[in-house]
Amino acid sequence: MTTTTDLVSYEDALASYDPVMGLEVHVELGTRTKMFCGCSTELGAEPNSQTCPTCLGLPGALPVVNATGVESAIKIGLALNCEIADWCRFARKNYFYPDMPKNFQTSQYDEPIAFNGYLDVQLEDGETFRVEIERAHMEEDTGKSTHVGGATGRIHGASHSLLDYNRAGIPLIEIVTKPIEGAGERAPEVARAYVRELREVIRALGVSEARMEMGQMRCDVNLSLRPNGTEKFGTRSETKNVNSLRSVERAARFEIQRHAAVLSSGGTIIQETRHFHEDTGSTTSGRVKEEAEDYRYFPEPDLVPVAPSREWVEEIRAALPEMPLARRNRLLAEWGVSAVEMQAIINAGALDLIVATIDAGADAASARKWWMGELARSANESGKSLDELAITPAQVARVTELVSKGDLNDKLARQVIEGVLAGEGTPDEVVDKRGLKVVSDEGALTAAVEEAIAGNPGVADKIRGGKVAAAGALVGAVMKATRGQADAARVKELILEKLGVSEG
Amino acid sequence: MPGITREEVAHLARLARLELKPEELDHFAGQLDDIIGAVARVSEVADQDVPPTSHPLPLTNVMRADEVRPSLTPEQALSGAPAQEQQRFKVPQILGED
Amino acid sequence: MTDNNVNIIKLTAAETAARIASGELTAVQVTEAHLARIEAVDEKVHAFLHVDREGALAQARAVDEKRERGEKLGPLAGVPLALKDIFTTEGIPTTVGSKILEGWIPPYDATLTKRLKAADVVILGKTNMDEFAMGSSTENSAYGPTGNPWDLTRIPGGSGGGSSAALAAHMAPLAIGTDTGGSIRQPAAVTGTVGVKPTYGAVSRYGMVAFSSSLDQGGPCARTVLDAALLHEVIAGHDPLDSTSIDAPVPPVVEAARNGSVEGMRVGVVKQFRGEGYQAGVIQRFDESVALLKELGAEIVELDCPSFDLGLSAYYLIAPSECSSNLARFDGLRYGLRSGDDGTHSAEEVTSLTRAEGFGPEVKRRIMLGTYALSSGYYDAYYGSAQKVRTLITRDFEKAFEQVDVIVSPTTPTTAFPIGERADDPMAMYLADLCTIPTNLAGNAAMSLPCGLAPEDNLPVGLQIIAPALKDDRLYKVGAAVEAAFVEKWGHPLLEEAPSL
Ligand SMILES: [Mg+2]
Ligand SMILES: [Zn+2]
Repeated sequence: MTTTTDLVSYEDALASYDPVMGLEVHVELGTRTKMFCGCSTELGAEPNSQTCPTCLGLPGALPVVNATGVESAIKIGLALNCEIADWCRFARKNYFYPDMPKNFQTSQYDEPIAFNGYLDVQLEDGETFRVEIERAHMEEDTGKSTHVGGATGRIHGASHSLLDYNRAGIPLIEIVTKPIEGAGERAPEVARAYVRELREVIRALGVSEARMEMGQMRCDVNLSLRPNGTEKFGTRSETKNVNSLRSVERAARFEIQRHAAVLSSGGTIIQETRHFHEDTGSTTSGRVKEEAEDYRYFPEPDLVPVAPSREWVEEIRAALPEMPLARRNRLLAEWGVSAVEMQAIINAGALDLIVATIDAGADAASARKWWMGELARSANESGKSLDELAITPAQVARVTELVSKGDLNDKLARQVIEGVLAGEGTPDEVVDKRGLKVVSDEGALTAAVEEAIAGNPGVADKIRGGKVAAAGALVGAVMKATRGQADAARVKELILEKLGVSEG
Repeated sequence: MPGITREEVAHLARLARLELKPEELDHFAGQLDDIIGAVARVSEVADQDVPPTSHPLPLTNVMRADEVRPSLTPEQALSGAPAQEQQRFKVPQILGED
Repeated sequence: MTDNNVNIIKLTAAETAARIASGELTAVQVTEAHLARIEAVDEKVHAFLHVDREGALAQARAVDEKRERGEKLGPLAGVPLALKDIFTTEGIPTTVGSKILEGWIPPYDATLTKRLKAADVVILGKTNMDEFAMGSSTENSAYGPTGNPWDLTRIPGGSGGGSSAALAAHMAPLAIGTDTGGSIRQPAAVTGTVGVKPTYGAVSRYGMVAFSSSLDQGGPCARTVLDAALLHEVIAGHDPLDSTSIDAPVPPVVEAARNGSVEGMRVGVVKQFRGEGYQAGVIQRFDESVALLKELGAEIVELDCPSFDLGLSAYYLIAPSECSSNLARFDGLRYGLRSGDDGTHSAEEVTSLTRAEGFGPEVKRRIMLGTYALSSGYYDAYYGSAQKVRTLITRDFEKAFEQVDVIVSPTTPTTAFPIGERADDPMAMYLADLCTIPTNLAGNAAMSLPCGLAPEDNLPVGLQIIAPALKDDRLYKVGAAVEAAFVEKWGHPLLEEAPSL
């Protein structure tokens, strides 16, 4: 779609208007089975091979709630500092759509399982912003349609569509924020940080991998502007299915600029659904419906109420893992790094790897050094993420161990890592195969040192004369002779000893 | 509240995806009006402080363990399909969102 | 039809099972006798939408082989049954009386179907019904009406008219019905048979095509109270696939049916269940039944249940509301009828065209009504209030059952009316369920059994017995006592007075 949209510059928009956002995130849970039937949720199955009477909406079929789905919802609710309903129901949201087999979505309406919470999110500079949570509720996903006959595989212009219901009924948790106010010019950044933090929380809870690129986490960005200094919310637009962190930020930014252009030219914003386009970073208007949807919600008669006992809720609360922000702040203190460094670690996706490396026996500084240095470089060069590299935290820890024992020096360690990444085996195997051991045999070292002195009499004289710094040249010669496998510090000691000088 | 108009009936028919002929709209408007008129009495209790009953039995927390049960085969799943292609349900053009 | 066959089809289910177990009859003989009867009379009655001759005989043969191997047979093994076409049957068409499902062959069995098969009950075929169980006359079937064996020009009740007619015409000794507002009890009443709506949740709804989920309940239909109890025991019990299924032992219904008595029981008569609209002969037979109960040692207690007056109104909001949502899945995309798919119509249009063609007028009427009642702006006044009425009715029942063990009433205000009489007057049709609806709204249990013929038209009158939730056994205890007393009084079961077809 190539309709051009008038925009004003971001700065100009913010000079006159105050953005208010609402974010709705859908998370597909990683349960083994669907929300209301026992069909597998395994990805990549043949079309329509993971369906049953219930998730196909066959006449007569009935739903039964997945207990793990409810437990996951409670976990998410608690992690978002929500109250957990002591009694709630499912409701039917009635509307027709071909990817929805029953033509109603089993969801929750006015009785969500979790409500009234908040999530603190951290911006790039370390500043914390609190996003209030309205509710988190349980529902189910739809099937997937493939559009045939159109030029681009898009729905528009297609002659017909093909439906695969394997995804229909996969548990979803929908998390809705309260209106996010007061973020000002940082609103798009807050949106991104919120979705990122939420993703971290979901992953930490182990309830979903929350991979946005796989559609396991999807975000709708609602945005409105109001003139600076006013209270009343403006009319909002709802940008649907914004499916990457970067896009969340761009969509919010684009809508701020678009709304401002409309408003400042005296126009009015219409409340509508919009679609975000990754390629251009812009949004376009969705299909305008003749009449407002009326979902005719009513309590789902085929499912009985969910009344989580307080004991169960407290049990779940007690077993919650440390939340990502708290954990980051703790590690920041423990490691003594700056907020900026910490952010770099997080952005690189290195946090969990570093922690795992430390857990496997490495010291914190070495673990950070390898992951953020050599390995980050290697990942960068090969266009991979850190966790895709062919090396495990335990292997990195082993390398640091070999270094600290003096079996390897830094240069050799880099070679070992290079070997592991190249698939040559474990660090120890690479050490063996490549013969990468620090030469610590005093006899061999002494011989090499004497040879170097004999071969560089001028340098030796300088050193004897007190120019200790010149020893570097002789160390270099020894290292060269031993193909880098000597312990450089020991070599220097031996040289000075032989020449009868002492350091400093 | 009764007094269902033809337009309202047409709106309901669209919501319910029922293609009604003009004469059906009139017919239903009359009948729905009669029925609603007869059953509207229930709103007598609207102000009463009584909890609504959505389920006749006071059951709660009926859940199943997250264990995989056998699905239908794709052939079974598609056995009633009016049309199919590539092991998927084939449906006419969907009026989309974009 | 041979004399032997006549004898077989007149047997009760209990007697049939006993003779098969003893070897006096084979299951195949019994099944063939019933298939022959269907062949002979169903052209006139039109109780069946589908007869599964081969499947039934195969099931019967399996029973006979089991017996030959010396395996123990269940209490209904080999007994034929007519299954309402609302339960899914793998490999056998299931239409729910609707054109929208014409030719649909389910890929799965309902839990009830599975239980029947597991109990070696022989499923003869699928019976006619009002489309999607919406109706009280079986005239709303897309496949034509069913005649009442007492008078083929009259309705056999509905929605389960096919099942009740099959019993009354001796095409099967057992049948299955479903009761959302009276669809088991009212057909039983107007055909002189026995029908039970168990407590909501007693019989699994998995595989029972939904009309109104919070009201629907499958149950047994038979010609005697004991047969109904035997069938009740087979089909009831917890089902993990139905979240609303009761997870408790089935009440001892068979034991109750074998030990009928009302001695010392308190029996309630609700003052709201009489008055305008009740046929004189119906009231007469009902009053005689109350007198009989007194004679048999029951204490009669007058009850006032004021909110019952709102029952019909609440029902005609709740049932249509739920049905408007339950029937949304019939969109012509995944199964069943598809209309208008000629390349010029969108999926949305095809759905509207399919539903317009596939649903009959009563179904459309209720979908529209439910869509209206649930729409924003009306929800509180209609659906919300109806759910409150439900609470009030439940409370009236609770109060009543503090004073009595069971309640009795006429099952339906009139005897079988002529086919076509109320077809164009939905409100008149709805009155047929006046006495049965409160029980569906509250979720408790009720039975209808014959209590005589109305003197003015010589057509059967039903006596309704209502018990508290989970006390289904009381229906059978009282029902068996009343049945025995009536049979003694009449000198034979009421059905003997039905014309031969
Ligand atoms: Mg949602
Ligand atoms: Zn499924």
